[in-house]
Amino acid sequence: MSAHTPLFEVRDLRVAFGPGGILGEAVRGISLHVDHGEVLGIVGESGSGKSVGMLAALGLQPEGARVSGSVRFKGRELVGLPRRDLRELRGSRIGMIFQDPLSSLNPVMTVGDQIAEAVRLHNRDMSRKAALDRAKDLLALVSIPQPDRRLQQYPHEFSGGMRQRVMIAMAVANDPDLLIADEPTTALDVTVQAQIMDVLADLKQRLKIGLILITHDLGVLAGHADRVAVIYAGQVVEQAGVDDLFARPGHPYTRGLIASIPDMTRMDDRLFSIEGTPPALGHLPSGCAFNPRCTVAQDVCRHLAPQTHVEGDHNATCHFAFQNVVSAA
Amino acid sequence: MTRYILRRLIAMPFLVLGIVTLAFLLTTVTKGDPLTAIVSDRQLNNPEVVAAAKAKWGLDRSLPERYVIYVGNLLTGDMGTSFITRRPVAQDVLYRLPATMELVIAAMAVGATIGISLGVLAAYFRNTAIDHAARFFALFGSSIPVFWLGLALLYVFSVQWGILPGPGRLDARATPPPMVTGFMTVDTLMAGNVRLFLDAVWHLILPAFVLGWAVAGTISRLVRANMLEVLSREFILTARAKGAGEFRVVIRHALRNTLVPTLTVIGYSFAYLLTGAVLTETIFSWPGMGSYAVDAARGLDFPAIIGVTIVGGVIFLITNLLTDIAYVVANPRVRLG
Repeated sequence: MSAHTPLFEVRDLRVAFGPGGILGEAVRGISLHVDHGEVLGIVGESGSGKSVGMLAALGLQPEGARVSGSVRFKGRELVGLPRRDLRELRGSRIGMIFQDPLSSLNPVMTVGDQIAEAVRLHNRDMSRKAALDRAKDLLALVSIPQPDRRLQQYPHEFSGGMRQRVMIAMAVANDPDLLIADEPTTALDVTVQAQIMDVLADLKQRLKIGLILITHDLGVLAGHADRVAVIYAGQVVEQAGVDDLFARPGHPYTRGLIASIPDMTRMDDRLFSIEGTPPALGHLPSGCAFNPRCTVAQDVCRHLAPQTHVEGDHNATCHFAFQNVVSAA
Repeated sequence: MTRYILRRLIAMPFLVLGIVTLAFLLTTVTKGDPLTAIVSDRQLNNPEVVAAAKAKWGLDRSLPERYVIYVGNLLTGDMGTSFITRRPVAQDVLYRLPATMELVIAAMAVGATIGISLGVLAAYFRNTAIDHAARFFALFGSSIPVFWLGLALLYVFSVQWGILPGPGRLDARATPPPMVTGFMTVDTLMAGNVRLFLDAVWHLILPAFVLGWAVAGTISRLVRANMLEVLSREFILTARAKGAGEFRVVIRHALRNTLVPTLTVIGYSFAYLLTGAVLTETIFSWPGMGSYAVDAARGLDFPAIIGVTIVGGVIFLITNLLTDIAYVVANPRVRLG
């Protein structure tokens, strides 16, 4: 790596639960980075630690969780930063949107007040009126019609897609450098999903932000991400440019994820699925964490944790990374 | 919204009539004979005196007749004459109701303030010493009878330590201000007497606290439970992701979402406070509706009993209506047609 400082860089991030980490680690040393104007996709099953990890990076870990490792934003270390300083970054330099826009919005506050709050939290001198004007512009920015009228409405008066647009408007209220979108389309209809992805892509272009797109659906990333990090059981198992990843997946888990993307041209086929479930917190198998579900696992996988194999910008953590092992699937 | 309130207001007279009828009928099924309250024991054997008394108080008429006459009088604001005080019941009530309202409102203020604060603190610091202390406080307030608590606190704070005054609404040596509203705190201020106002507030503290404690307990438990639920919701995470501080997250985002159930329990505690006021007033020599009701019940003073019941019922109806309206205002998702 050169002297260039990435916008957002996570190194060996760990999140442990229970006193002294006794319940186990949900995030076991994640390292990744994203730059201005770049989209990093983070993909993994639910419970893989992808959301917990990104929340913890911003100091939003669940109560009782212990965070270690390094998180640098524009070169500044965030782990161990006082809560007050973290608060100043959140919502101003770093925006976040979440999976379910209905439960993510306060039901008893108007949409205008919620956006204006995001604005005023980081512009203390701004009047309520000016903040509401800004909120109106933000609604227009995410293509919500009749922003004037919409400002005075409550979240329950919006449709799912419109609510997610509100969340996005709120997240970019202060022109952030980084936007973290945690499953932004999962709770939405398929047609609306595409619209929301377009809004995000458009904002990335216009505001030149770095975007971290967390999803369990590799298909969502195909047209939208520049690079992809695949997470399994709290670790990055493969990281590559998006085209490279699809063309030459180096990890059997990634191959499984690609195979399980529904192919609309072959309706008769049964959908491929990876057998089994990810390990529960604190119940990791020995050797490679993926070995009980892996179709190409050998003896060594059950005893020895794999090394990371690097090929250019592409890396995979598997004993048989980049080897074209014929799988049973 | 306006239509909803209008509909509720139209229903009011019928509900009041229901209360009046019930209150009236209840007195006819009691064992006691009102004559014993009117005529002295010796005269009870004198048929002439008894007949005269019956005629005078209308007890010689049939029940339906008495009911129609009572309702008719009630419409003109006449609630009959008390057997005991020999004054119109309406006048007695008008004199005593403000004292009770002042006590109940003060108790409500104490109960709501302490209850909400403790509930929020207990939820935010759940499973810590603060939470346990709040739970103990609530349990204590809800389980200790008002009369015991009143006497115990009077003994400690007034008799032993002398830092709070004894029973009554004002110092016994003070000259009360002219009665305008009947609220001692208001009347003293209207008379321009700040010292007397402070004295009135001083006298209000202990009874209001005694009466409000149990309510504070109930409210704090409810607020804690609701706060715990709301604090785990996703919009709380959103607020933190926006960069909101903990105080703002708790008060502006979480507490506002617990307002609806809190308002409901506050509204319904009013009924408890009105009944609780009976005992509190007796202990603190508070000249309100409670002590009046006790005297009326003891003396089989039927006009007074019916009057107190009706007034209590109407107050309850009004607080229920206000609670429901507040419910709509606090919760944008409820739209009443």
